[in-house]
Amino acid sequence: MGRKLLLEHINVPGIHTLEVYRQKGGYRSVEKALKTMTADDVVEEVKKSGLRGRGGAGFPTGMKWSFLAKPEGVPRYLVCNGDESEPGTFKDRYLMTHIPHALIEGMIVSSYALGANTSYIYVRGEMMPQIRILEKAIEEAKAAGLLGKNILGTGYDLELYVQPGGGAYICGEETALLESLEGKRGNPRIKPPFPAIAGLYGCPTVVNNVESIAAVVPIVNDGGDEYAKIGIGRSTGTKLISASGNLVKPGVYEIELGLPVEEFIYSDEYCGGIANGKRLKATVAGGSSVPILPANLTLKLANGEPRLMSYESLSEGGFATGTMLGSGGFIAFDEDQCIVRNTWNFSRFYHHESCGQCSPCREGTGWLEKILHKIEYGHGTLDDIDLLWDVQRKIEGNTICPLGDAAAWPVAAAIRHFRDEFEWHIKEPVKSQTSNYGLADYANPIEKTPEEVKSQN
Amino acid sequence: MLKVEETQPVEFSSALIAKLDEVVKRYPEGRQKSALLPILHLVQAEYGWTSVPAMDKVAEYLNIQPIEVYEVASFYTMYFLEPKGKYVLEVCRTGPCCLVGAEKIMQHIENRLGVKEGEITADGMFSWRGVECLAACGFGPVLQIGPEYTFYENLTEQSVDQLIDDLKNKDLRQ
Repeated sequence: MGRKLLLEHINVPGIHTLEVYRQKGGYRSVEKALKTMTADDVVEEVKKSGLRGRGGAGFPTGMKWSFLAKPEGVPRYLVCNGDESEPGTFKDRYLMTHIPHALIEGMIVSSYALGANTSYIYVRGEMMPQIRILEKAIEEAKAAGLLGKNILGTGYDLELYVQPGGGAYICGEETALLESLEGKRGNPRIKPPFPAIAGLYGCPTVVNNVESIAAVVPIVNDGGDEYAKIGIGRSTGTKLISASGNLVKPGVYEIELGLPVEEFIYSDEYCGGIANGKRLKATVAGGSSVPILPANLTLKLANGEPRLMSYESLSEGGFATGTMLGSGGFIAFDEDQCIVRNTWNFSRFYHHESCGQCSPCREGTGWLEKILHKIEYGHGTLDDIDLLWDVQRKIEGNTICPLGDAAAWPVAAAIRHFRDEFEWHIKEPVKSQTSNYGLADYANPIEKTPEEVKSQN
Repeated sequence: MLKVEETQPVEFSSALIAKLDEVVKRYPEGRQKSALLPILHLVQAEYGWTSVPAMDKVAEYLNIQPIEVYEVASFYTMYFLEPKGKYVLEVCRTGPCCLVGAEKIMQHIENRLGVKEGEITADGMFSWRGVECLAACGFGPVLQIGPEYTFYENLTEQSVDQLIDDLKNKDLRQ
């Protein structure tokens, strides 16, 4: 059993209430931080913990905090990013639904560390039930003197508000989120200046993911050094993984970073293997934006060593043979799934969600969707595969925000690892409408049966 | 697209204005525009959709230009710029949900309701549409129904039929 820091008490009845949450040791970190530590002490512990941003980028949280400008007389803001919209990711929804006080507690301690007296939790608008849960939790905390003026008699004031979004993936990007919080369209800003210098209302601002903020609680309680002992190398602590797709037990799991991918997929403690007795074809390990990998490269590195659930191991081999941990959205594809169709589906998503500011992304994502649609529905030519490659190359790195890269990478990886399946769709336009390609030759994760080989030729 | 045929001005009820006043208090002095997204949700919950006269009223309330409201309402997907059925079934159509059968569920809803995506049933009760990832991939296929955004997980054709029947019956009782 791996250690649980965030979800330890998730199954305790009534844990969403302040009373039960406190019985289980909740809000200890607020007492400890506000009464016995300075703001800088808290930042120092977070730095020592090695905690890396859990929203996808993996940037060290303590370092992000230390960049915050502190000009005299200017308010500073902490904004929690609960816009969770990366396909495959649903851990923040789970956390906010079942254990909302973990986030509120983290917000109080983090706001104290950053010297913020007003903080916002930006939650995507579709999560209205979660918004109501959080607002109720805030009310409870306020009534108990944990929020508002003079918290626990320490003289520290904090007001905490929940802000609903309006339904836009792009608002998960921190500067788009700030624009949205200011009541505007979610168009990402050009950086620099970074939010740490000029963020919300032009004031110094830190934007952190829900899970990152919640992780500050055990870091303050047990110390950054203790937290850093969990995990492997520069991937410290625990991580929430959202497991979806063709798995026996999809759901949210808290793992110690460094768990072998094979154990995560097949052990009964976690996903319990592939559903319906099928074989694994491919995975997207960190949310739809990261490169898809065939089964063999999911389970093992190119050199044959086991691949681990950590920032470093998942990206081992670069994009040639690796992927990224991203937001921890782990999507498993069984042997009956069509990579072309899935790639088209993701491209449609990015086209739909492009804010339209940068032409490579606005136009490019549309072209990716169109070409993939054409191939999927049996009208493609072999040149189209090269055209797809060309278009995605022209998007990557040429946009203000990472949505362009996020749209390009899944297409590039699908062609890189599953080109034979794309070619089959083009060469067999009729057959590909009614049957599946099955396990890809190039990927070749598990030996095919003679019947499968025959049916494909 | 914004439809401007409807020119009848809208007056907000005092109950709604009280709610809006609460929202505006969350932001610093002079930053009342931050309230725009939450206020549009409240207005849509009241009227069922976000009409141009309602948006004009929001602009007046927040002391901003109407275009500042239009550009926001048309950017985000949750604001309906035209009337919808009383219940809008929004089914996730993104990758992970499709791996576990979301496309079949959408087809079933289309057959069952007898209207295409975006259209309204003759009795005005239902619309449906595919939406992008709702962050519940492990429990797919999923759909949500506003304005409460109640969530329905692990959908099957049977559970969708049951849901539609329940909503119809609930409405008859009211």
